[in-house]
Amino acid sequence: MDDFEKNFQGKIDAEIKIEPKDWMPEKYRQTLIRQISQHAHSEIVGMLPEGNWITRAPSLKRKAILLAKVQDEAGHGLYLYAAAETLGTTREEMIDQLHSGQAKYSSIFNYPTLTWADIGAIGWLVDGAAIMNQVMLTRTSYGPYARAMVRICKEESFHQRQGFDILLTLSQGPDAQKNMCRDAINRWWWPSLMMFGPKDSDSTHSDQSMKWKIKRMGNDELRQKFVDMIAEQVKVLGMNLPDPDLKWNEEKNHYDFGEINWQEFWNVVKGNGPCNKQRLDARKKAWEQGAWVREAALAHANKVKLQTHKGTLEAA
Amino acid sequence: MLAVHQSRINYVLHLADNALIIGHRNSEWCGHGPVLEQDIAITNIALDLIGQARNFYQYAAELIGNNTTEDTLAYLRDEREFKNCLLAEQPNSDWAITILRQFFFSTYQYFFYQKLQYSNDVQLSAIAEKALKEVTYHLRWSSEWAIRLGDGTEDSHQRMIKAIDNLWMFTGELFLAVNYEKIGVNEGYGVDISLIKNDWMKKVTDAFEEATLALPPDDVWMQRGGKEGIHSEYLGHILAEMQYLQRAYPGAQW
Ligand SMILES: [Fe+2]
Ligand SMILES: [Fe+2]
Repeated sequence: MDDFEKNFQGKIDAEIKIEPKDWMPEKYRQTLIRQISQHAHSEIVGMLPEGNWITRAPSLKRKAILLAKVQDEAGHGLYLYAAAETLGTTREEMIDQLHSGQAKYSSIFNYPTLTWADIGAIGWLVDGAAIMNQVMLTRTSYGPYARAMVRICKEESFHQRQGFDILLTLSQGPDAQKNMCRDAINRWWWPSLMMFGPKDSDSTHSDQSMKWKIKRMGNDELRQKFVDMIAEQVKVLGMNLPDPDLKWNEEKNHYDFGEINWQEFWNVVKGNGPCNKQRLDARKKAWEQGAWVREAALAHANKVKLQTHKGTLEAA
Repeated sequence: MLAVHQSRINYVLHLADNALIIGHRNSEWCGHGPVLEQDIAITNIALDLIGQARNFYQYAAELIGNNTTEDTLAYLRDEREFKNCLLAEQPNSDWAITILRQFFFSTYQYFFYQKLQYSNDVQLSAIAEKALKEVTYHLRWSSEWAIRLGDGTEDSHQRMIKAIDNLWMFTGELFLAVNYEKIGVNEGYGVDISLIKNDWMKKVTDAFEEATLALPPDDVWMQRGGKEGIHSEYLGHILAEMQYLQRAYPGAQW
């Protein structure tokens, strides 16, 4: 380890944030670019499954809340792209990598939103799982990423409450609505557990990330925290989680839970989820159809610049 | 007396429907915008407009009574009962059409709400005052985009020409009063929309000039009917989608 690297690790160990102009190992930079851009893409692709219900939201109030929620996710994407740009990449580059399939986004968004209850389940479970990860990341070692997370976390807890509220209302309705609620929980529970990634023992990036304090908790620990929280909250709904092995373990002071279907997990990561193609196609389409708009904005901005420049010359 | 009361209800519903339907159209962009910042901007405008619609519906529900709510008004009326202008329901198509639709509509709302602030109906004047702040921003945003696209590239310029060709015929209706609007003017709570036509025209003319776009000739045929429930075929599809859950589960809470 050379002096630069020693100094760098010293800062990390002393809990001093790494800032864009600081020296950092190339691998640290690359790991962060990969992780932050993946996170940003997840926010943007994540707009699609929920956006699927904006025009069908069942009341004006729900419609406004959902619109604002999906808009928040766009804002999260912006903060995160900006944070990644401080590491020397550009938004365009990152978006190209998303579209070419080189960059990933969270697999959870490759599942379809089939009923209104799915909007509740996403807020409660998906935003709920995201919060676990994001709260940890408010203490991540890279300054711009940590600060983006602080802003994002404030909004996420609101999303989770709204999602829970949708399910609570359904759970108190007639049978048709109760069934809708149960079905959504059944379909979203396992995929949301998968959001925490593979077991620590099977995770390729975890060790170094922990040492650099990019990650501060293991996948298993975060997943356990999530299970403990949701297993309690689901009681308020008068519903069950679809796991016969879910049981409070007095000794461990945690819930035990069943085995995740890892075959499904890897299959969706590889691109074979029910909506992988649809989601990526939707993003590409928006980007391609927006090309002329971005070009026009640029062309106009250049004309204005030229005119101002001419004006200054004439005045001089 | 009853007819007068019904006119006021129709008037408020007309304003609510205008805001809801164009807000709904804008909300279709969410997640699909040409660039992230503008995805957020168009969603913001959608949110403002849906907020305005809610204020008007809530007031209309109060006037109607009988357990009417903002949601029964938005979700349980049929095509023929909706009173929005035809302009509001036109499809998004491309960004040029969406921008131009918003620019025409925001310019109209901007001058309209300025006058509605002085309505002798305190509810309407309060809603107008709050909405005017929002619309001032919508107008700035949409006029800047109209100029940007008109004066951008050859492609964007052509798309704006096509947008004008598509939408101009729906602008006449904005300034032609139907019966409930005339009664509103007589009773002092409504705006005489014929009086804001010149302001609207001036604003549009100025923006078009900057955008290097030509105004259509004076004799373009103007479509009308939306305010009286005679819509284009598009509205039925908007409502089928929007109202589906309320229709499929009558009386359910959401
Ligand atoms: Fe988010
Ligand atoms: Fe969220």
